[in-house]
Amino acid sequence: MLPATLREVLDTFALVNDPADRAALLIDFADQFRPVPPDVATPPFPKSRLVPYCESEAYVWLVLQANGTANLHFAVENPAGISAKALASILTSTLSGLTPEAIEQVPPDIVEQIFRQNISMGKGMGLMAMVQAVQALAKAARQR
Amino acid sequence: MTAPVESRGYVHGDVLVSTDWVADHVNDPEVRVIESNEDMLLYPSGHIPGAVQVDWTLDLNDQVRRDYLSREAFGALGSRIGITPGTTVVFYGDKNNWWACYAFWVFQLFGHTPARVMDGGRLKWEKEGRPMTREAPKHPATTYRARERQDGPHRAFRNEVLAHVRSRGQLVDVRSPEEYSGARMHMPEYPNEGALRGGHIPGAKSIPWARAINPGDGTFKTAGELGEIYLQEQALKPEDPTIAYCRIGERSSHTWFVLKYLLGFANVRNYDGSWTEWGNLVGAPIEK
Repeated sequence: MLPATLREVLDTFALVNDPADRAALLIDFADQFRPVPPDVATPPFPKSRLVPYCESEAYVWLVLQANGTANLHFAVENPAGISAKALASILTSTLSGLTPEAIEQVPPDIVEQIFRQNISMGKGMGLMAMVQAVQALAKAARQR
Repeated sequence: MTAPVESRGYVHGDVLVSTDWVADHVNDPEVRVIESNEDMLLYPSGHIPGAVQVDWTLDLNDQVRRDYLSREAFGALGSRIGITPGTTVVFYGDKNNWWACYAFWVFQLFGHTPARVMDGGRLKWEKEGRPMTREAPKHPATTYRARERQDGPHRAFRNEVLAHVRSRGQLVDVRSPEEYSGARMHMPEYPNEGALRGGHIPGAKSIPWARAINPGDGTFKTAGELGEIYLQEQALKPEDPTIAYCRIGERSSHTWFVLKYLLGFANVRNYDGSWTEWGNLVGAPIEK
């Protein structure tokens, strides 16, 4: 069961078939990307936060709140990492404020729904690795 | 400070232009600046004003078979981006011009010889603080009469590579040393893209593509510096037929460009099947 916030974004992407329009939508999300705030982490970021296989040097944090919900944060160190920024922006805006249990339910194949066929296999797997990293952090937080 | 392109001693140095040259020619009707990237979102997120995009997957590859576009499709592409066979096309892009060189190479399959690469690519242009825009250029469409695709001079197929191995021809493996040795099945920080075996084509010399560039700004090294690597250290002979390969043919188009134009190798071809074909071929010889 996907969170309603994320479902809404996926539904929007499902309606946009023109590659240029999809690119514009993704760039809108990338423009809204805000890197991890300094009270959570400052560079140089530890390797333990690095998303494996992601070419854009993406780092990820999940911060558990007192009320049991979690906030997600990313850093994308490659300035050309527009796709990673777009996905990070979608994940933080739709999943922050949810419980780790809900976040853990988000499967990596949402990347295919968002980016469709317009990415190479390598990039697709790197982006899916971002979702897997989020899942792993959510699972760890749930088990804490 | 990198030396000016014209002073670097390249054999066919006119194929490489500087960011200054591009800045002076972006509005030249005889010139079309073309961005080619791995990441399809980069161009729409900001590009050189007036530049068009040619996407390696959507524009240059056949959409069904593993092959390049047909003559008809190349004609349609040229018409869409508003060029004629006489227009000077200038490629630039991300990843130190991997995809720019790849697009340049595909254009050579169709004999579009007035072609250049912008030294340093997208990164250098951006680092120099030059203008970028999200505005799509409005170039009137043309009718591009494409020539038949001529793979022979520029492209090597697996059986030709096998014959080349047997005759102990020059082969250049431009992947990372770990991919060459078989220790890794993919580029560092990249996932495995489906080769069943690791290693390299027998007899291939390991010369990672990045050795040809200055890491600070992505520009090509001088002819003297390139000669020290390819000719002295690796003892390649410019007069001997040479085949370069990588994983899918993009990094090796970068080295193909270096060998053919900057060092003037007489006969150099890109094996675009590369390791994703060779590492899956039943019975193909492999060295580790």
